[in-house]
Amino acid sequence: MKVSIFSTCLVDLMFPNVGRAMVEVLERLGCETDLPASQVCCGQPTYNSGYLEESKQAMKNMMLAFEHSDYVVGPSGSCVAMFHEYPHIFKGDPQWEMKAIALKEKSYEFTQFVVRVLGVTDVGARLEGSATYHRSCHMTRLLGEAETPFMLLKNVNGLELEPLKNADNCCGFGGTFSVKMPEISQQMADEKSACVADTGAEYLISADMGCLMNIGGRMSRTGKEIKVMHIAEVLNTRPSAVKGGSLL
Amino acid sequence: MSLQTDKREFGERTADGIGDVFMRGAVGSAQDSLKTRRLTAATSLGDWERWRELGQQIRQHTLENLDYYLGQMADNVERRGGRVFFARTKEEASGYIRDVVQSKNARKVVKSKSMVTEEIEMNRVLMEAGCEVIESDLGEYILQEDDWDPPSHIVAPALHKDRSQIRDVFASKLDYDGDETPEHLARFARRILRQKFLEAEVGITGCNFAVANLGAINLVTNEGNGDLTAALPKTHIAVMGMERIVPTLEEMEVLDNLLCRSAVGQKLTSYITVMGPGEDGESDGPEEFHLVIVDNGRSDILAGEFREALQCIRCGACLNVCPVYRHIGGHAYGSIYPGPIGAVITPLLGGYDEYKELPYASSLCGACTDVCPVKIPLHEQLILHRQNIVSQGRTGSADRMQMKAAAKLLSSPGLFSRTLRLANPMSKLLSKHGRIVRGPAPLSGWIGSRDLPQPVKKRDNFRSWYEQRERGSAAGRNGSDASSSAASFSIEEKGGDRR
Repeated sequence: MKVSIFSTCLVDLMFPNVGRAMVEVLERLGCETDLPASQVCCGQPTYNSGYLEESKQAMKNMMLAFEHSDYVVGPSGSCVAMFHEYPHIFKGDPQWEMKAIALKEKSYEFTQFVVRVLGVTDVGARLEGSATYHRSCHMTRLLGEAETPFMLLKNVNGLELEPLKNADNCCGFGGTFSVKMPEISQQMADEKSACVADTGAEYLISADMGCLMNIGGRMSRTGKEIKVMHIAEVLNTRPSAVKGGSLL
Repeated sequence: MSLQTDKREFGERTADGIGDVFMRGAVGSAQDSLKTRRLTAATSLGDWERWRELGQQIRQHTLENLDYYLGQMADNVERRGGRVFFARTKEEASGYIRDVVQSKNARKVVKSKSMVTEEIEMNRVLMEAGCEVIESDLGEYILQEDDWDPPSHIVAPALHKDRSQIRDVFASKLDYDGDETPEHLARFARRILRQKFLEAEVGITGCNFAVANLGAINLVTNEGNGDLTAALPKTHIAVMGMERIVPTLEEMEVLDNLLCRSAVGQKLTSYITVMGPGEDGESDGPEEFHLVIVDNGRSDILAGEFREALQCIRCGACLNVCPVYRHIGGHAYGSIYPGPIGAVITPLLGGYDEYKELPYASSLCGACTDVCPVKIPLHEQLILHRQNIVSQGRTGSADRMQMKAAAKLLSSPGLFSRTLRLANPMSKLLSKHGRIVRGPAPLSGWIGSRDLPQPVKKRDNFRSWYEQRERGSAAGRNGSDASSSAASFSIEEKGGDRR
C-alpha cells in the first residue's frame, strides 16, 4: 500500500522524531511511503484567524502536493481535520471543489489509518510504565475519531493507561488562540496540566503535537515532570527480545 | 440591563474574570454537574443525534417560513382577543410595553425571566416611567436586589454567586437574618414574591416558543413563577424574539424535550405551560393579553450568513461545555448573551465596534457545536465572524502583516524550505538551553507562560532524515527501543538529537 506522508509544520520544524516514528511504523506494517516535497501547511493558522483568501493559497498548494497520492497520512488529528474541511471551503469552486473532495477522502490521521485502513490494532509495541492520553478536540470532534488511539494503546505491551479527568475539555492550545489570548489559554493549560499531573502517569500521550507542545510546555514551565510522547513514538517502541530478534 | 453589561475593554473584563477565583470555582463545578446531567438526560431519550437533527429541521423550516408562521400566530392571537405588536427596534418594543402599562395606570409590574426583555432594556424604561418592576425568577431576583448585578448565564443568571453571597445580599438589602441554607433562602424570597404577585397589576413574561396554529405561548420553568406572573395580574404581556416560534404543539414537544434536557438535564422542567388570550367564558386568568414580537436586528440576521444562529433555543448548553466561559465567566463577555452563542449573536446585535474581540474568545475546540441541540455550527460561525472582521479591515496592521506573511510562507514550498534551514540559526539569538526564551509578539504570548523548544537544525529535521534515508545513507528502518524514544522526545530538549 502506498502512503504519502503529510509531515505537518510542527513536525517539520521541531519534532522530527514524530515523523520518523510514523514512517517507521507504517513501513513495518508493510506500507510504502513517500514524502511529497512541495507540501507545506494545511492552512489552519490563517484560516482560523479569519484570513480566508490567504489560507486558500496554502490549501491549494496541499491539494496539488498530494494530487497523485493514494493515501495521505499525517501525525495530527487537527491538521488532517483541516483537510476534511476543504470541500466545505471550496464548495462551488469549479476548479478546486473536486480536488478538495479527493483529498478529504484519501487523508487519514495516523492511528485512524492504522486501524481503519490497515486493520491493525496491535503493532507489537512495548513501553513499560503508566500513561495518560489527551484526546485532541479537533481529532475527536472535527475529524470524528475518538477510538483508534485507545484501540492501539490498549495493545502496547507494559503500558498502563490512567483515565484523565475532564478529558473532553480543551487544553487551551487552539493554534493562534494560544498567542492571541494567552491569558485565557494559560488558564486552560493550567487546569489540563493539573488533571494530567493528578493521574500520576509517567507519560503524557496524544496524537497532536500542538496540544502536547502546549500542555508539555506549561508543565515544564511550572516544574511538573512528565515525559511527553506522540502516539507514533509510543507505537514505534520495540520489544527488543520479542519481535523477530532484529535488534538482538 | 441592555445588551451591553460592561463598557470596559475586553482585556480588562477578562482579567477580572480570571482573577475571580471564587467565581471560577462556582462556574467550574456548575459546568461539571450540568454536563453530566445533560448527558444522562440526552442518552435516556435514545438516539439523541436523530432528535438533534429533528430539532434542527424544525428550527430551519420555521425560519425559512417565518413570515408565514408569524402571520398565523398574530391572526390566532387576535382572533382569541389578544393584541399583537411587531416591534422593529428595542425602543419600539419597550415603548409599547410602557404605553400598555401606563394605559392601565399600573405601578406594580412583576415579570418572569426573559432574555429578550433584557435586550430591549424594558426594566429601565418601566422604572423611568415610575413603575416598580420585580423579577420573580429567583436568580434574577437575587441579581436585582444586588443592585442589578448583570446575569452571567442565560439560564442560570446568578451562576456566579454562591449561597453565602446570596445570604449577604438578602441580609444587607432585605434584612434577612437566617442562615445560608438554600431552602431557607428560597422560602424567604418566596414569601416576598408571593405578595408581589398578588399586588402586581401587569405581569410580563418571555416566551420559550410561540405556537403558531394555536396563537398561544409556551413557557418552560422550574419555579412556577412564570405561571404566576402570567395568571395573577389583570394584564399579561408576553415578549418574544421573532424567531421563537413553532408551527404546532407537535414541534413544541420536540423542542421542549431538547431544551429541558440540554439546559438543566431534566426530562421536563416542573412547569411546561401553554397559554394565551383567555377564551370566551373563561373566568380565570388575565383580562388582557399582549404579545410583543421583537425584531431588533433579527431580520438582518435572517437575511445573512448567520441565519443558523437564529435556530438557538436559549438552552445554554454551549456555555456549560465551553472551556473559555469556564475560566473567564459570563461577565467577561460584556453582554447579556455570554458564552459561544453570545460570542456569535452579540456582535450581530451590537456590532463589531463594541464586540469584535468576542469571536476570538474561543479555541475553536468545537465543544459548543457538538452539544448544541439544534445543531448550530457555532465554532464555524465564530470563524465566519473573524473573516468579516478581517475583510472589514478591523484587525490591527501588525496582525494583518503577520498573517499575510504567514500565509505566504505556508503556501510556498521554496520559502518554507529556506525557513526550515534558517529557523534554527535564527532562533539562536532568542534561545537558551534549547528553548526559546524571548521574542516579539505573537511569540511572546506563548513563552510568557510556556516553554518552547528551539526549531531543529536542518540536518536533524524530519525532511532531511527522510531524504538521506531515501538515498540509502541512513539506517534506522528497524525502529528503536523504548528508552531512546521516550528520552529523546522531551519538550525540554531539542527535538532532533536522536541517535
